[in-house]
Formats: sequence, C-alpha cells, structure tokens
Amino acid sequence: MMHLLLFALISLIKTIGLIFVIILPMVSYTVYAERRVSAMIQDRLGPNRVGIPLTLFGFQKDIPFFGLVQPIADAVKLLLKEDFTPNHVNKFYYCLAPACAMAPSMMALAVIPFGSQLWGEPMVVANVNIGVLWVFAVSSLGVYGIVLAGWSSNSKYPFLGGIRSSSQMISYELSLALSVIPIFMICGTLNLPEIVRYQTVHGWLISPIWLNGISLFPPSINGQEIMRSFDFLKFLLWIPLFISFIVFTISMFAETNRLPFDLPEAETELVGGYHTEYSSMKFALFFLGEYAAMIVGSAVIVTLFFGGWHVPFLPTTLVDPYTFWGVILGLIHIAAFFFKVALLLFFFIWVRWTLPRFRYDQLMRLGWYFFIEIALVNVFIVAVILPFMRR
Amino acid sequence: MPYIVARPKLNFSEKAYLPAIFSGLGITLRHFLDILSGKKKVTMQYPEEKWDAKLPAHYRGAPTLVTDEYGRERCVACQLCEFICPPRAITIHPGEIPLENRWRKVEKFPQEFEIDMIRCIYCGLCEEVCPEQAIFLRKDYAITGLTRKEMVHDKKKLYEMGGVMTGLVNKWNDKK
Repeated sequence: MMHLLLFALISLIKTIGLIFVIILPMVSYTVYAERRVSAMIQDRLGPNRVGIPLTLFGFQKDIPFFGLVQPIADAVKLLLKEDFTPNHVNKFYYCLAPACAMAPSMMALAVIPFGSQLWGEPMVVANVNIGVLWVFAVSSLGVYGIVLAGWSSNSKYPFLGGIRSSSQMISYELSLALSVIPIFMICGTLNLPEIVRYQTVHGWLISPIWLNGISLFPPSINGQEIMRSFDFLKFLLWIPLFISFIVFTISMFAETNRLPFDLPEAETELVGGYHTEYSSMKFALFFLGEYAAMIVGSAVIVTLFFGGWHVPFLPTTLVDPYTFWGVILGLIHIAAFFFKVALLLFFFIWVRWTLPRFRYDQLMRLGWYFFIEIALVNVFIVAVILPFMRR
Repeated sequence: MPYIVARPKLNFSEKAYLPAIFSGLGITLRHFLDILSGKKKVTMQYPEEKWDAKLPAHYRGAPTLVTDEYGRERCVACQLCEFICPPRAITIHPGEIPLENRWRKVEKFPQEFEIDMIRCIYCGLCEEVCPEQAIFLRKDYAITGLTRKEMVHDKKKLYEMGGVMTGLVNKWNDKK
C-alpha cells in the first residue's frame, strides 16, 4: 500500500514538473520564438521591447530584456479579453472543443522519456510497453478538438476547416504510423525508454556511422553488447531509416497542422478556419494546443531518431545515481533532450516561414500516393536487411 | 477561343520538390542569420534612434514662424496662409504696427497666430503661398500633447520652434 502511494506521488510530481515547469513555459516561449524567428526571416526584428516595466514603479527606464517577457504580456491580454460566445453555436461542444484540442498533446507526453534518471527514478511519467502506440492513439484524438470546433461553430469557414482537418489527419496518420515501423523492427520494442537505451548503445538511428557509442565509457546492457566502430550493414540500414525519418517528419508537419499543410487554419482562404468564432482564452487554448502538439511531435522525433536524452561522449549511467554527479548527469540529460526538441522546433518554425501552403489535392496526393507507399516499401527494405544483421 | 496553356517541362529535380525546398530554406536561413548577427540592418529602433539626422532638406514637418537677423517677425499678417490652408488649421488676428516703430512701413503684424496641429496636414501650402518667407515647415515631426489645447501652437510657440532664419529677401529694409 505504502509502495503504491509512493509510486502515485512520484508520478504526480513528475507529471506536474513536466507539464507546468517545462512544457507550458516552453509552449509560450515557442510562440515567442515563432514571432522572433519569423520576423528575422522577413528582415524585421519582432517583439523585442516587453521587459521588466520599471517605469510603472517610478524608475526612468524599462529593462527591455530582448522582449522575453512578451509571452506573459500575451497571456495577460488573452485572459483579460472578453470571452464572447456567439448566439448561433452549439454551446456544449463549442466549449468542449478547445479542451479537446489542448488535452491530447499533454496526454501524449506521458510516455516520452525526457531524461535518463534523477535519484535513480526513470524520467518518464509512464514507462509502458505500448509507448509509441499511446502517442499515436492520443495525438490523433487532437483532431476531435478541431472537428468539434468546426462543426459546433455553425458557420461556414470553421466547418470547412473542420472537414479539411479530419481528412488530412486520417490521411497522414497512416504514413505516420507506417514510417516508424522499421524502428520497432530494429529495436524490437515499442517501449520508448527502451528505444532510447538502444540508441545510446547502437548509435542514434539518424546517424549513418557510430564510433563505439561515441562515449568515453563504452556502455553496455548486461555486459553483453559488443560494437564495431564501422558496420557496413548499419550503414545500409541507415538509408531506410533516413527515408522513414523524412516521411515521419513531414507527416508530423501535417499532423500538427503546421504551415506547408495548415489547411484547417488557412488564414488567407478560411479566415482562420476552425477557430474563426473563438475569442479570448478559448482561442488561446487552440493556439497553445497547436504549439503543444508541435512540442510533442518534436519530442517523439527526438526520441525515435535523435537518441532522446543521450549526449555523445557522456556516460549514460553512473554506478551510484544518488551522488552529486549522478544528479548532475540526470539534469544534463534532461537539458539535452529539451535542447534537441528546441532545435527541431526551430526547424518547424523555419519551414513554416519558407514554404507556401499546399493545395488541398496536392496534400491528399502526397499523403495517399507517395508517403504510404514509401513507408510500406521501407518496411520491406528493413525486413530484407535485418536478417543479415542478426546472423 | 480556347487555347492550350503551355506547361513547362519539369526535370526530375524540379518534380521532386525537395531540391527547391532546400534552396528556399537556405534563402530564409541566410536572411535570418544576417539579421541575427547584425550584418544587415533594416529596422530603425525608433525612440532610441531617430530620423532627425537622416531627414532630407525638403522634409515637411511642423509649420513654424521665423524671425530674421534684424529681430523682425517676418509675418505681415496678410492671411494668405490662413485662406489657403486646406484643413483651416491656421487662425490669424492681424494688428497694426504703431507709428513710432522702426518697421511701421510694414503696417501689419499678427497679434495672434495659431496653428491647430490636430488639423494640420503638413501639406506645405502655407510655406508656398507666403509672400514674405515668414512661415516654414521645419523638421519637427513628433508633435504630441495630452490635451487638444496643447496641440494648438500659439504665436510664442511657433517663433520658438522657427527661430531665426538668415539669408532671406529683406524687402522692407529699404522702406524704413
């Protein structure tokens, strides 16, 4: 009984720490980064003013602080706005939709290993064997938020946005799931922490060569892993893995409604799409839900392809995780994970401000004609290579 | 009449999208890095940096009145600017110059000269129409005030802003 209570308490601490200390601030600063990066790509500067408002307290100058306080100002603005509900909407579903958009991405975080360990406790909220299946199952629930918003708004543009969103998600869900099957064939597990463990030993799945684990302390699981510094078959395996990385990343763009595929939103044609009728905090939930989904998508990509929390040249575990250095190592691993996520988020933003939106038929064609086929063929290629590796 | 739109023949790299996408990503990254490193500078950070030094000579800022090197207010209250002013921002109350004054031949001077800067459209017609070279649009562009009254520039303020302008035609000097 005591053991169970302790487990519940630790899980609760991990959940709250992950969501409120890391993810939610990260969401708001992703919005800030989106604005700054988009501005710089367009030769502007972006929000660089909002800092500590010392003038409010009678001082001469504010501290601009690169505008880093902008997200707080945005949050205050959104909270103080009138929460207007149009008369023609279906009230129940109208209020339910924003929560449906935000919650799934938070739920998907449960299985993602965001660090190795702290005080011997694995840094994943739920260490379950269905790992990736949970991510796909829950993140595809996100479409309900958009569809419900589109339908309950009882207005043409949101409706079109909702329809587009559902067909888009269905199309890309397939290639999303199919493209990562090679990883599970190679790693032999769906458990995300196990996949990261595999990568710390055998090298990140995205890298073609791996010099003895690139680590000062060659890691081993149960003392039985032997690695060659260069393996031709490993290099051969890299080709389908790279293809699956590309397919997975592009599908993730479609899944999170990011720009080359942001048809549900499509400001220029659908005046904002599914959230046209929303205001104040309900709109903010959609907005933040989109960015949270982006972060979860990046986290999944990092976990599957970029070795999760693994840092090259650093030991993956210490003998005693309770010492000072053990804790420091755990913190470094957490930082490394979110640093990789941040880099991918930058890539998301970078792509958004480079590519124009796809046409609807192009989007469908890409999904159904190319990605599913490529992902399927990819599975077979890996299946042919693998027996030679496991002689 | 129907006609066939010529479709350009695309080669493989164009059909595959990806090369074009990557070159596009390169372009945006270059812009991003140029601005980030400060190599390229487009934006002027307004309250800290100002236009002042960069304004061209013909810039039309706030209209002001000027005095000349003899300390004479050049305006003779002919009211041409008041009449031409499209938004009717100018109000002049002419007065008579007393006989004992050195400049009595000028006859008139503005007792009151008000320009309502809320109405002013900075067109410069007042400067253009002035036969006495008395009113000039200077380079002040940030005209602010907390009340409507504050936004009406009276004669004192106009001379303060205009200052002394030398090198103009002094046609009244011969007629003292």
